[in-house]
Amino acid sequence: MTDSGLPASVAAIRRVQQDPNRLGQRRHGSTEPVEGVGLGTTGPATKRIIVGYGFWIFLLSDIVVFSCFFAAFAVQRGATAGGPTLEQIVDIRRVAFETAALLLSSYTCMLSFAATNARSRLWTQIFLLVTGVLGLVFVLLEVQEFAELAGRGITPQRSGMLTSFFGLVGLHGVHVTIGGMWLATMMAQVQVKGFRREIVHRLICFNLFWHALDIVWIGIFTIVYLMGSNSTGSGA
Amino acid sequence: MGLHVLKSTLFRACRSPILSLLSFGLASCSGGVLDPLGRVGADDASILIDATVVMLAIVIPTILLAFWMAWHYRASNGKAEYLPYWSYSGRIEAVVWWIPILTIMFIGGVIWIGSYKVDPFRPLPSRTPPLEVQVVALDWKWLFIYPRQGIASVNQLVVPASTPVHFSITSASVFNAFFVPRLGSMIYAMPGMVSQLYLEADHPARLWGTSAQFSGDGFSDMQFQVRSVPEADFQAWVASVRGGGSPSLDRATYAELMHPSQRVPPTTYHAVDAQLFQDVASQKIPPAPGPEPEGPQHAGREVSTGGRD
Amino acid sequence: MFGKLNLSAIPLGQPIPLITSLVVILIVLGVLTLITVKKWWPYLWREWITSVDHKRIGVMYSALGVLMLLRGFADAIMMRTQQAAAINAMGYLPPEHYDQIFTAHGTIMILFGAMPLVLGFMNFLVPLQLGVRDVAFPTFNSVGFWLSASGALLVNVSLFVGEFARTGWLPYPPLSETAYTPGVGVDYYLWAVQISGIGTLIAGINIVTTVLKLRCRGMSYMRMPVFCWTALCACLLIVAAFPVLTATLAMLTLDRYLGFHYFTNTAGGNPMMFVNLVWAWGHPEVYILVLPAFGIFSEIFPTFSGKPLFGYRSMVVATLFICIVSMTVWLHHFFTMGAGAAVNTFFGISSSIIAVGTGVKIYNWIFTMYGGRVRFEVPMLWSMGFIFTFIIGGLTGVLLAVPPADFLTHNSMFLVAHFHNVIIGAVVFAIFAGMDYWFPKAFGFRLHKGWGIAAFWFAFIGFWVTFAPLYVLGLLGMTRRLQHINFPEWRPWLYASVVGVAILILGVISQVVQFVVSIRDREKLRDVTGDPWDGRSLEWATPSPPPFFNFAVMPNVEGEEAYWGIKQRAVETQQLSPEPQYEPIEMPVNSGVGFYTAFFTSVFGFAMIWHIWWLAILAFAAAFAGFVFFAWRDVHEFEVPAEEVARVDRARRAAREALLERLSQQGAMS
Repeated sequence: MTDSGLPASVAAIRRVQQDPNRLGQRRHGSTEPVEGVGLGTTGPATKRIIVGYGFWIFLLSDIVVFSCFFAAFAVQRGATAGGPTLEQIVDIRRVAFETAALLLSSYTCMLSFAATNARSRLWTQIFLLVTGVLGLVFVLLEVQEFAELAGRGITPQRSGMLTSFFGLVGLHGVHVTIGGMWLATMMAQVQVKGFRREIVHRLICFNLFWHALDIVWIGIFTIVYLMGSNSTGSGA
Repeated sequence: MGLHVLKSTLFRACRSPILSLLSFGLASCSGGVLDPLGRVGADDASILIDATVVMLAIVIPTILLAFWMAWHYRASNGKAEYLPYWSYSGRIEAVVWWIPILTIMFIGGVIWIGSYKVDPFRPLPSRTPPLEVQVVALDWKWLFIYPRQGIASVNQLVVPASTPVHFSITSASVFNAFFVPRLGSMIYAMPGMVSQLYLEADHPARLWGTSAQFSGDGFSDMQFQVRSVPEADFQAWVASVRGGGSPSLDRATYAELMHPSQRVPPTTYHAVDAQLFQDVASQKIPPAPGPEPEGPQHAGREVSTGGRD
Repeated sequence: MFGKLNLSAIPLGQPIPLITSLVVILIVLGVLTLITVKKWWPYLWREWITSVDHKRIGVMYSALGVLMLLRGFADAIMMRTQQAAAINAMGYLPPEHYDQIFTAHGTIMILFGAMPLVLGFMNFLVPLQLGVRDVAFPTFNSVGFWLSASGALLVNVSLFVGEFARTGWLPYPPLSETAYTPGVGVDYYLWAVQISGIGTLIAGINIVTTVLKLRCRGMSYMRMPVFCWTALCACLLIVAAFPVLTATLAMLTLDRYLGFHYFTNTAGGNPMMFVNLVWAWGHPEVYILVLPAFGIFSEIFPTFSGKPLFGYRSMVVATLFICIVSMTVWLHHFFTMGAGAAVNTFFGISSSIIAVGTGVKIYNWIFTMYGGRVRFEVPMLWSMGFIFTFIIGGLTGVLLAVPPADFLTHNSMFLVAHFHNVIIGAVVFAIFAGMDYWFPKAFGFRLHKGWGIAAFWFAFIGFWVTFAPLYVLGLLGMTRRLQHINFPEWRPWLYASVVGVAILILGVISQVVQFVVSIRDREKLRDVTGDPWDGRSLEWATPSPPPFFNFAVMPNVEGEEAYWGIKQRAVETQQLSPEPQYEPIEMPVNSGVGFYTAFFTSVFGFAMIWHIWWLAILAFAAAFAGFVFFAWRDVHEFEVPAEEVARVDRARRAAREALLERLSQQGAMS
């Protein structure tokens, strides 16, 4: 029984009815204090949650950047200025290998994080290395694709469509490269410092980043390559 | 007696702001967008004024309420009630949400109807067939081509009164905007694209037009003369241009015209290449060149032709 | 070896930029010499440059903003006097110079004046109002600030090395492409804005995470001060919109540097795409500026009326409403680009709908005063000036949202008057109101009231005398960005506007004098208690200025207006709450990574502008190396011993005892 003589359950219901948002004292100072809701009950979140959350917000902003490049591609898809069309430059076979490499690297990245959770330095490093190698394979394949196109005179300076194509795919490739540099740094840090709290937080962020790149790649490979290829599926 | 003094003082106090507001209003009325010469401009202007009046009907009471509230509840006013905990009233909230919602619903209606009525792409219903004028924005002058009449002019637009004019507008360099304030709506002039605009002048007058989108160092001089004349005078003008000794606007003349120049006096061309506008609009004739790229002696600062042509 | 750079980049042949640059360089050298002679470098380095304290960073942001507002104002003086002088004449500023001035004016005022000030206020206040010790990522916060400063530096360097963009503050292609602007001006713009844009994005991410995940116990969403809600919504807009700017400027950069065809005139480029993308950022940008301004007024009205904000929940809903709808209105900036009636109608209606949220807020502020005891301190004067000015600006805005009306006034002086009306009326007035209001909290002494009143009246009257004639000019058909005027009948309005500028100059002088006098008389104006205005939110529970850890013990919030509840209980029980158990506090260590990174980023930007590729690569590598080096540090935090915390807090409690006595006496008298 509470002070007012009511059963606790009734008092609780009445409090919810009178103060549904748990605002506390509406007539400043006189009524009994009311606990807040959500974070209001516990105070600030832990560092791990804060770091992960902040990094998610950054990823959302990065995806907005990609959306702009996707939008530009959609607008300029037909702006070939008399030059080659999308169908003529898309090479589905190579893209299949690139996709396989990147998707697989996401899988190994996840495995490395499982190893981190198990605090196994050896397996973390092994899987990070495999992830890096697969990422490198992806980047090299892409560089090869660009070099071949350039060799045929197909460059971003030729038309609006090629500009958006190289821009979008290139932006993703730049992200993967930067991710690779980050991965190398993380491997060095794990080696030297082990699984300190900050290192684990950074690995969480790295994982999120790498998976996000994968998601963006699925978008690119669908919208640019799959939708841009002719039905036989072979390159020009 | 006291009341009489109060009233006359109040009247005198209010008179000068009212007078200045009136003169403010009157001054805006002549020569500008609130002094339209044709039905497009008239529609635009009436929508502008109506929307303003409707909103003022909300805005002025709100401002007065704000000042009254602050004044009545000032700390030194012992007579005002102090309600230290009052911070919610459902009734006031309801009114406070509905005033803007209703106003905006009205404005939304004005927007919907108005946007369709004065859509630049919409031909003006008229018994007279429209006059076709093709417009090319250059650096930093306006080229007007009359395709059916086979003549062209620079920085001079002559149109017959009471006849709708159909403008097809493009740019041979950067964005500009074709704007004759007293005739009404403006529209962008964009390279590689053709914008459409229908305007009409009700009666003869001398007007001016300008570019309303900044296009570089010579932008300030991108005005052009507009004359709306009776139909007979228009035919006479066309005949005089055709017969006169002005040059012909062929590819070579056009290439010269494309070079950046400012304060170009009104000129006419007695003949014009029939394909010219199409080729400019589709960029078969490449766009006009920009300023000279900087040489080492300018180190990153572009050379400007500003004021020197 | 030096790319495009050589000695003729210095404008020896142009007196105005030359003299201005010399004066600026002399002042900067003078300040640096003074600091060196007085041996202030260790203090500045330790306490300010490497600080990760949100309060210090907030102050630095604000200082940067104020400085750049002054530079932008100087540009404005030149613009209005040039237009008045150049009627059927060429005036004193040739087109190539005038065009840079109006571009710099817009860029600086919005991106380097108003944005840093708004970020500064949010940085300073949000953790204090939420009852926590710092933002979510303190070191990152420092990086963000120094990157913004780096961008501002690059813009100012363009004054004496090279030139600035001449395209207007949003560099529309094809004018901004290499074909039509081969000079380095647009490149300065691109790198400066890009770099500071990253800084702003960092600040946005920081504050969103802070508001959503880092509040003290008891501070649930509906108990947060409205300023925190507006900060949250503004920073959500930053996170959603600034990446669009990053992407768009990157595309223009690729066009200019590598010959891509995103926005070129030919080969499939699409200049209209730039206009769409950039305004998809540009419109949310102005709401990023105005929402915190609304938040500032939502703090000032209740405090100076002596009662809570009217309709708290409505305010929250209206804020969220404005936040979301502002992402759907961007086309109203180019109704005249020929999108057709259907598209224009949609965007016209969505633009008008925002007025609903804003209208509700204004009525709520008015009804906050109802039943109050309104004290006309300087912040309240600015607030009343805001209500009058902003409502009219909003009216002209809804007017411009009607496409047929916009067809007459797009890009005219009417538009110029409108956006100055709303930005100055809301953002600038809010900044000055907020400065007056929170200055004691930040620095420990109040600002001089008389000079504050003078500054307000000069600004208010000066604003109207300057911009009302511009409305008329717009209706007379005058378009914007004219270097000279070929219409003598516009003369009276142009002259009237210059008179207004003179009044505004008096306002700026009064504001500067207010600072000088307040600093001189700071002992007389000292804020001893930490609560000079009888405030209602948690920042007033701290001493002035707050200790670096903000709160000795994080508060346990029990209702809305957390501090007001604490105060009322103290007055009722005639005593402070019992002394808490003091525990050691962990605080982040200072770090030079922000300054270091920004330094090399500035070098990188400069090198990219002038095509000095080897320097760009070196600077980029150095910045990256610095980042890795910083990531290698072992010590992130240091511990403040419990005795130190206790000592600081006992001093605060002593001051509060005095305040309590004063409040009780007032209570006894009323």
